[in-house]
Amino acid sequence: MTDRPTDSPGAPAPILYAHRHLLGIEGLSVPEITSLLDLADSYVEQNRQADKKRSLLRGRTVINLFFENSTRTRTSFELAGKRLGADVINMSVTTSSIKKGETLIDTAMTLNAMHPDVLVVRHPDSGAVNLLSQKVDGAVINAGDGSHEHPTQALLDALTIRRRRGRLAGLLVAICGDLLHSRVARSNIHLLTTMGARVRVIAPPTLMPGAIERMGVEAFTDMRQGLQGCDIVMMLRLQTERMQGSFVPSIREYFRFYGLDYDKLGAAKPDALIMHPGPMNRGAEIDSEVADDIDRSVIREQVEMGVAVRMACLDALTRQSTSNSPLGAS
Amino acid sequence: MTTGSKSAKQTMRPVAFVNARLLDPASGLDSPGGLLTEDGRILDLGPQLTADGLPEGAEVVDCAGQCLAPGLVDIRVQLREPGEEHKETIATGSAAAAAGGVTSMVCLPNTDPVIDDVAGVEFIARRARETKRAKIYCYGAVTKRLAGKDLVEMGLLAESGALAFTDGLVAVSDARVMRRALSYASAFDLLILQHPEEPRLTEGGAMNAGELATRLGLSGIPRAAEVMMIERDLHLVAMTGGRYHAAHVSTATAIEAIRAAKRQGLRVTCDTAPPYFALNEVAVGDYRTFAKLSPPLRSEEDREAVAAAVADGTIDCIASDHAPHDQESKRVPFAHAAAGGAGLETLLPVTLELYHKGEAQLLDLLARMTVAPADLLRLPQGRLAKGAPADLVLFDLEAPARIDADRLRGKSKNSPFDGRPVQGRVLRTVVDGRTVFAAEE
Repeated sequence: MTDRPTDSPGAPAPILYAHRHLLGIEGLSVPEITSLLDLADSYVEQNRQADKKRSLLRGRTVINLFFENSTRTRTSFELAGKRLGADVINMSVTTSSIKKGETLIDTAMTLNAMHPDVLVVRHPDSGAVNLLSQKVDGAVINAGDGSHEHPTQALLDALTIRRRRGRLAGLLVAICGDLLHSRVARSNIHLLTTMGARVRVIAPPTLMPGAIERMGVEAFTDMRQGLQGCDIVMMLRLQTERMQGSFVPSIREYFRFYGLDYDKLGAAKPDALIMHPGPMNRGAEIDSEVADDIDRSVIREQVEMGVAVRMACLDALTRQSTSNSPLGAS
Repeated sequence: MTTGSKSAKQTMRPVAFVNARLLDPASGLDSPGGLLTEDGRILDLGPQLTADGLPEGAEVVDCAGQCLAPGLVDIRVQLREPGEEHKETIATGSAAAAAGGVTSMVCLPNTDPVIDDVAGVEFIARRARETKRAKIYCYGAVTKRLAGKDLVEMGLLAESGALAFTDGLVAVSDARVMRRALSYASAFDLLILQHPEEPRLTEGGAMNAGELATRLGLSGIPRAAEVMMIERDLHLVAMTGGRYHAAHVSTATAIEAIRAAKRQGLRVTCDTAPPYFALNEVAVGDYRTFAKLSPPLRSEEDREAVAAAVADGTIDCIASDHAPHDQESKRVPFAHAAAGGAGLETLLPVTLELYHKGEAQLLDLLARMTVAPADLLRLPQGRLAKGAPADLVLFDLEAPARIDADRLRGKSKNSPFDGRPVQGRVLRTVVDGRTVFAAEE
């Protein structure tokens, strides 16, 4: 699958990531991103061995704090933490719409008092994870905040692409679908443009964020035009509740013009890779056969890379805190 | 620099402010001189008035050459009383006003209960009498419970003291209701103030639409929402002959629409608030909820247009748009944070920036905060004139200071200007001849 040399796991390569938290991709440098991807690469190999467990994070506590339902991302973080030997606790907080904010700060303060080393946080509101990170002593990983960022998703997408194509720079990547509400899209745009890829975004105007070109991308409302010559096609999940006449007239119409099928895919390069952050709405944003095309679709590989990337992030952030100071003084 | 201020409160003996730089936008006066007050009114003023030849027993305040101007008339504040006294009260808001040189202020009716009946207006009037640090007035709601449907008893409310009518933070969005409000109010020549935003375009929005909103993943409020509502209203004003005022104008296109309407001779005025000429959307930065305002902070281009319109008079008034909020309302994710900033104590120094930067004349800026709002609401104050109420602010035009939100006198500290270096400092505030605030040395 890959001919990339991998570092031997355990011999800690110098990690150039120098932030206390991982709140987003925006602002990260090329060496920082490369360093995280290199580290993740080493964990891919480890995860394919029979004995997957290591003791790097023994004695460390990771709390997965999810204010929004997610099975995949939570499981991926949970596995990542456990494979590194950390104690992992999952907390799901269902929020009433009125008291959301209060719950957030209160929960942050409460958990902080238990001295977790890493808090992995997902929240339905943009900026909520930044806010929470200001109230805690440990490291915070953003596992998705509103429509803002989902940095580990962008890293796992980048790792998937890099392992398949050997590079990111110079590739032409199309991101298609509900850009307006997508944190995955924003993180990917930041990462890919930083790493020298060219990015196109494709969506109906009602799902296209304003002034998106200012983020260094080319915007298309015609999918075939947008896909022309692309190396990578990233599909985004469309929330079905947004397709009942509010943003687009119907699922049927959306699929006709913006769903990825072989016909539209024909505009991309013949070997273009198909990606999707999951979970997929087959027949809405992606045709079932395309999604399962073993020659083109790397969707399951993305899931695999997810665990490795999250191990790398946990590793990088806990090395930070070791070299810095003891855990939160009360 | 000041003398004998301690006794001013108890007695109503004459007070002479001497050695001042008199600034009166109403008459265009800007000259050294003195001002004499007695029984709460201005008895005399002018260059001839010096420490010599004052009435027997007059208290003398040596102004040391500092600026003496009419006290500020702030036509848009929320004092949160009744209903949200944990955020502000008439007493704490008045303390903030006094410290900011504001001697008169007009509260929005968005209290709990809403000021939509005579009892509500009388409640504010009674509390205002008990609070002697600033003159407090109120607007009546345009529609009952601010629901946008049924008109309040405008005539009766006006008789009991409501200065004008507005639905506060929400637009009167139904065109038919607005038409009737303007039309009915014209019988009494009453003013309607609009929160100019098309609500269907604003709903769910957290900040100005554009690149930054896209980056932050926040839902945007398009600039067009403002001008759309104003242009609709201008047609209704033309139909009805009503008096109309657009509150806190924030966009270049809205200003252009108002400029054109004024040229046509419509009875239209507008105001803005310091954030709209001193800040732009970049202040939101990394989800700073203190910079979440309504309308939202706009682009730099809009900020420049607002500043220019303040200077040239297209924008008639500057109001603080004082919107105190407690921590619980602001320390939440941006989309859920309450909109608005505390503004009473920063109104003067932030506005003076336009003078210090050479973008506006000093007397023009003062006019927007004194005589213009007073005339708009037909109040006798806001000017230095014989017989006018002795509402005054003495300020140091040049003194450097840094805005420190923690040191604000109001109950809530949510200033979008925290940490901002400014020039200009209130030294003394006088209401009806009584000193209600004197700066510590």
